[in-house]
Amino acid sequence: MDLTTFLIQLLNALQYGLLLFLVASGLTLIFGIMGIINLAHGSFYMMGAYMAFALTSATGNLFVAILLGIVLSALIGFLLEWGLFSRLYKRDHLDQVLLTYGLILMFEEIRSMIVGDDVHGVRIPEILSASIQLSETLSYPVYRLFMSAVCIVLAVLMYWLIRHTRLGMMIRAGSSNREMVQSLGINIDLIYRLVFALGVTLAAFAGMLAAPVSSVYPGMGNQVLIICFVVVVIGGVGSVWGALVAALLIGLADTFGKVIIPDFAGLTVYLLMAVVLLWRPEGIFRRI
Amino acid sequence: MSHEVNRRQFLISSAAVAAGLALPSAPLFAQGAKKVRVGLMLPYTGTYAALGNAITNGFKLAVEQGGGKLGGSEVEYFTVDDESDAAKAPENANKLIKRDNVDVLVGTVHSGVALAMTRVAREAKALLIVPNAGADEITGPLCAPNIFRTSFSAWQPAYAMGNVMAERKHKNVVTLSWKYSFGEQSVAGFKEAFEKAGGKVVKELYLPFPNVEFQPYLTEIAALKPDAVFVFFAGGGAVKFVKDYAAAGLKSTIPLYGSGFLTDGTLEAQGDAAEGLLTTLHYADGLDIPKDKEFRAAYASAFKMQPDVYAVQGYDAAQLFATGLAAVKGDVGKRDELVKAMESATIDSPRGKFTLSKAHNPVQDIYLRKVEGKENKVVSVAAKALADPARGCRM
Repeated sequence: MDLTTFLIQLLNALQYGLLLFLVASGLTLIFGIMGIINLAHGSFYMMGAYMAFALTSATGNLFVAILLGIVLSALIGFLLEWGLFSRLYKRDHLDQVLLTYGLILMFEEIRSMIVGDDVHGVRIPEILSASIQLSETLSYPVYRLFMSAVCIVLAVLMYWLIRHTRLGMMIRAGSSNREMVQSLGINIDLIYRLVFALGVTLAAFAGMLAAPVSSVYPGMGNQVLIICFVVVVIGGVGSVWGALVAALLIGLADTFGKVIIPDFAGLTVYLLMAVVLLWRPEGIFRRI
Repeated sequence: MSHEVNRRQFLISSAAVAAGLALPSAPLFAQGAKKVRVGLMLPYTGTYAALGNAITNGFKLAVEQGGGKLGGSEVEYFTVDDESDAAKAPENANKLIKRDNVDVLVGTVHSGVALAMTRVAREAKALLIVPNAGADEITGPLCAPNIFRTSFSAWQPAYAMGNVMAERKHKNVVTLSWKYSFGEQSVAGFKEAFEKAGGKVVKELYLPFPNVEFQPYLTEIAALKPDAVFVFFAGGGAVKFVKDYAAAGLKSTIPLYGSGFLTDGTLEAQGDAAEGLLTTLHYADGLDIPKDKEFRAAYASAFKMQPDVYAVQGYDAAQLFATGLAAVKGDVGKRDELVKAMESATIDSPRGKFTLSKAHNPVQDIYLRKVEGKENKVVSVAAKALADPARGCRM
């Protein structure tokens, strides 16, 4: 592998890792702060992708579609928490797994009824559709660079929100001791509702952002879900910073695994997870 | 007094029993009014749901065109959603064969599931018609008198493409596909024809199924700089691959070819990225065959959408079975006669007339198609009456 190819593969790894981080960040927030295992997380990703497809077809503009989609997902997340998930806090993890697994099946059926089972594509907006020539045969789509940039901005925003705002402080406190926060007069129910809505919106936003480069098809949420859990497990439950590091590691392992050991490419990510767990069972980082 | 009532009661109840016994015997006197039980085991949920529906529509259209009958017999359907899950396949197949006692099992799309179905059908000696799954083994090592296929084998379209690419003067080619039996068989079929014609497969790339992160492979292909690339992908993966290939600027520098699944049912989603792509398949748009024009019109008016290759395969599965049924006049018990009639049938298919090979796989023309707008327009016949070599079949 020459230097140019190596650098390009590194770029591929980083871009894939950053997108994974965006999808997994919602999961780790919900799991870490609210203690809920949300198997339906992949379905929210799928929901975002289908929203991008439907809204872009309706409005003709991907950016408008994404803005509308963000509002819609936040609303859906808010309602879901209020109606369903708020009853799960006192229950053990098995109940949560059962409920959210049921949600996966429901969302798949609803999707099948509303949009059907066909594969769909979303067009990349004109201003982002150029490609940068990297070598004489290969060029890199500008849209992928845009995606990576958005992921980095979001990572910074999340870090700022959790570490440097009052709301972030309340969230962190609420995850340590819910009752104490409540007795201090803070409406912890509302905070949890906001965090859940944020988690759902992050997953849906990732789906919307990735829709032009992935394709929109039934069952797309399930593949993403598994890898998200790997990110959360490696990075440490609840740690956004951990999710970022873990996602980048996975991006590297997956990309270079495919190139260097193609016969075992499917294993590299899980081998990485096994190694990290043996070294640090709670994941790389522990705090939010 | 009680003696009289008892006798009256006895007479009334025996009259009722006699009347009751007389009724069911009526249908027995009408020969051939027995309904034929058709078991459809197809994906109705998941990635392949659209294909499962298309095959079912095609099958039912054929029945409708026969006046609601198949080969003169009325049809009763038993449906199971196989969810494209190979692990559940034996249980699902047995549900239809043993519990519902179907006379013919029709399915499925996913090769892994179909292989399991084939093994179950072979053991139970149940009649199986495969309307899509292209695993070579089904009409290869697993072939049997009761196993039929109306679609293709993975080898067929890929082999045809091997010759096409050699004729177009490509010398060094890289292949890319998912690492599972269908992908590997496609690449093997392509390689056989291409290397026989003097070409060289420089590298065979595989990615784990159903992974769709293609970027590392595109970068590798760009670094290898072959004359052309041959791929097999289908469904959502095919959409993403074609778009990624174009976005990476490779479409204009290294020509892309593939078996027809790359562009079948995916053109709407692929958009401009697919324009001009050449693929090979046993069906195409713009065929100058009267039966095809008829079929398309009938399908469009019945289901309000255009048919695809999957609908054609389902339609032909019904036609094949109908031929057999007509020969035995609906008596499915006459298995040997039924099989003989099906084996020697010439199916008047929308893809063109075809016969079955000894291993019960279609011997058919493979078309070279070019993507023009939303259609895979036929360019030429890439291989005439191509028969799968049925390696390992002992029949």
